[in-house]
Amino acid sequence: MTALTEPLRAETDMQRDRAKTIYEKSKPGRRAFVAPELDVPRHALPERFRRTAPPKLPEIAEPEIVRHYNRLSKRNFDLDTGFYPLGSCTMKHNPKLHERVAALPGNARLHPLQHPKRAQGALELMHSLQEALGEIAGLPHVSLQPSAGSHGELAGVLLTRAYHADRGDVRTKILTPDTAHGTNPATVTMGGYEVVKVGTDEHGGVDVEDLRAKADSSVACLMLTNPNTLGVFDRNIEEIARIVHGVGATLYYDGANLNAVMGRTRPGDMGFDIVHFNLHKTFTQPHGGGGPGAGPIAVSDRIEPYLPRPQVVRREDGSFDLDDDRPKSIGRLRGFQGNYGVFVRSYAYILSLGADGLQEASETAVLNANYLLARLKQLGVTDLLPPAYDRICMHEFVLSGAPMKRELGLRTLDLAKRLLDHGFHPPTVYFPLLVEEALLIEPTETETRETLDAFADALAEILREGAEDPEIARNAPYSTPVRRLDEAGAAKRPIIRQPL
Amino acid sequence: MSRYTSATDADRHEMLAAVGVETVDDLFADVPEGVRLGRALDLPPGKPEQEVYARLRDLAARNVSAEDEISFLGAGMYDHYVPALIDSILARSEFLTPYTPYQPEISQGGLQVMFEYQTAISELTGLPVSNASVYEGPSAVAAAGWLAHTHTGKSKFLVSDGLHPHSRETLETTSAGWGTTIETIALKDGLTDLEPVGDDVAAVIVAQPNFYGAIEDLEALSALKGGALLIVQCDPLTLGVLRPPGDFDVDIAVGEGQSLGNRLDFGGPSFGFFAARQEYIRRMPGRIAGETTDVDGRRGFVLTLQTREQHIRREKATHNICTAQALNALAGMIYLSWLGREGIVELGELLVSRTEYARSVLTAIDGVSAWHSQPVVREFALRVPNVHAVVERCAERGVNPGHPVGDDVLLVAITEQRSKADIDRLASVLEEALA
Repeated sequence: MTALTEPLRAETDMQRDRAKTIYEKSKPGRRAFVAPELDVPRHALPERFRRTAPPKLPEIAEPEIVRHYNRLSKRNFDLDTGFYPLGSCTMKHNPKLHERVAALPGNARLHPLQHPKRAQGALELMHSLQEALGEIAGLPHVSLQPSAGSHGELAGVLLTRAYHADRGDVRTKILTPDTAHGTNPATVTMGGYEVVKVGTDEHGGVDVEDLRAKADSSVACLMLTNPNTLGVFDRNIEEIARIVHGVGATLYYDGANLNAVMGRTRPGDMGFDIVHFNLHKTFTQPHGGGGPGAGPIAVSDRIEPYLPRPQVVRREDGSFDLDDDRPKSIGRLRGFQGNYGVFVRSYAYILSLGADGLQEASETAVLNANYLLARLKQLGVTDLLPPAYDRICMHEFVLSGAPMKRELGLRTLDLAKRLLDHGFHPPTVYFPLLVEEALLIEPTETETRETLDAFADALAEILREGAEDPEIARNAPYSTPVRRLDEAGAAKRPIIRQPL
Repeated sequence: MSRYTSATDADRHEMLAAVGVETVDDLFADVPEGVRLGRALDLPPGKPEQEVYARLRDLAARNVSAEDEISFLGAGMYDHYVPALIDSILARSEFLTPYTPYQPEISQGGLQVMFEYQTAISELTGLPVSNASVYEGPSAVAAAGWLAHTHTGKSKFLVSDGLHPHSRETLETTSAGWGTTIETIALKDGLTDLEPVGDDVAAVIVAQPNFYGAIEDLEALSALKGGALLIVQCDPLTLGVLRPPGDFDVDIAVGEGQSLGNRLDFGGPSFGFFAARQEYIRRMPGRIAGETTDVDGRRGFVLTLQTREQHIRREKATHNICTAQALNALAGMIYLSWLGREGIVELGELLVSRTEYARSVLTAIDGVSAWHSQPVVREFALRVPNVHAVVERCAERGVNPGHPVGDDVLLVAITEQRSKADIDRLASVLEEALA
């Protein structure tokens, strides 16, 4: 136990005290940049446009820039170092090949406005990725353009609007389950619709009676995640699709949880009209500490005319092109063609795994989640952290910390912070909102059984320790570069840039 | 074939037993019969790493990149040099592979980068508030429009014809459900010709420099904005030499960050930046890092003002953005550290001189003229007859002369990687192409 209440060995106390910024390491006259020679006559901007004082950027030489950011990197926990069971985020291994192929000069230095005939490799790659994603989703028409999941959701809402508008049909509401990711209702507002919440039934699925009562001709769409954020596959999906389509609305699939079902079932086969993929989840784009991602969308025939411009197409002569001639398109959602560097990585992933490997990935993700849950039951962890819905789960599951809070006086937050001392990234906490003191755990397929066992042991150990002395967890973590931070104070008096 | 999983047949057998089921199929029992795929996905079987590499290498070899030709393409993304230390630092798994920093105690590196980045963007733009990144440039313009619409409650956007067409179109697409309208402000000799703005306008949106390279008179524009917000899409790399938006009465500065240490990548991933005046701090989109202290009094950083965000406020959030572009913003921050306080001015001055030189030698060619006469920083518009055919003829000679607009406009971009010799080569190839 003492080992887990000691500071991290990588940093001395003095280093921990000095989280110096790069501006604080700056000194006038130092530099890393050497400008190319001025080989043309000097020309200056007119005085009235010229900046009078240079921006106060750091003045620092290359060795210290490298050391600064290397040292900062060591204050991050990362997926290549340890288990990261962050529910709904699919923190699976990021294959190293992908960085190599994304960096090939033909990709990395390809200008987005290069003429399509001189970018045939890139366009073929995008077209191939579109076809693969369409097959995986069971929806044949794909646009790679959206930049992230939330952007894909916005595309879906805008597609829904265009579809109804084209039919002269004015609708004002979009339904979202109370288990939905926060991005769903936020997107609905930005799309100009009113959010109507749909309840959850006793099995963790959509409350079909509530849905039936709320679905009418004013409803444009139902946004659904399946399996949902409780890790539950909605057994009533066919009925849900019938109800939604029965009132003329579209059915939108939030693809955040697609990692559970590849090769087993497809959103298109379930009746969905529009799906977004998170390439930074299911298809292994490294998350980068908060992006980049990419959020392609796949749609059914009836939505196809409205897809964003431009669309990557194959011409009759077999060449690839960007098609801007799409009169019913919602238009473009961003500059250029999307996050191409992400497409390279995800396409490499799909080539590597193939049909069999993708299915095996989903099956192993589901097996790992169920095994971890079973292991937690064996160890008695679920006595204090019971599953919110006790059944076979999909790729993730939700525990409730309510009994732990009642019996030990430990909150889910305390448990999460104590996990840091055990060298694990905690699960998603306090989401989904309808489970008290929720922990959402998603191990992914790339973890070993040994890792899952070790994580289960750590949870058991924290509960055992908590029963003896809850103060240890309440004050955790101890071994991290900093300990619990004053978030309330940070929000009250925001310091969001350094005064220079 | 999955080489990224570790479960052996024995593991699987024992794990299924622990779960209390016999087969993997039992785990998917909740999936109704009617929606099961019931066949393998129609995709090729998996391939070994070396074959995947070969396929992607062959595809990449079929692109003509800035490595293969002398390229003067710009119009939103630019072939600036990306220093090697960026590749080295971005390859560190501690930056490459974590999620968004939801657990600040083990994310101080990423959070401090965000804080340093916000400081740099604030310095560049002269505006006090920056977030930690948005997707990219044009969608940042749309996000600024959303802020202006929700803040003012007004429904009209005045958009300069000098705004990048992708930004204009992204705003149109994104605002389809807002009940807003967009009116175009025409250009006069390359500059936004704004009249005094009416009371019904949420925002005036211009670009600096604009799409045709001209430096706008932000002082004059901001004097005319009335009760509307002035949104400026600016090019951050020009802000070493150009007066920043914060010198004028600009409300929001947004833009594309690619030119700061990010690769071209055929258009992404890069990052968008979003900076604003203090009064909009609680309406900002996306993540913001803030400084605070831990229980031992040590300095630390956290995600802050989260009550703006979708995971807390849901339908009342200021924006729906979740995953943004943290790694690309890190590249931007390293680049700005590499350039430094003096370097960003020196680089800007070099671009101004070489761009002026290029404009003078190219407009000396018979049949080529300047599209406008305004001062420029690193890009300018030329009038070139039959521009598409001319571009093709130049490309055959290994020079990509720039981005054609319409039938007779060519946008030419100069970076520090285009020397006087390259510019002279462009002039001679262009002259031949026109002959």
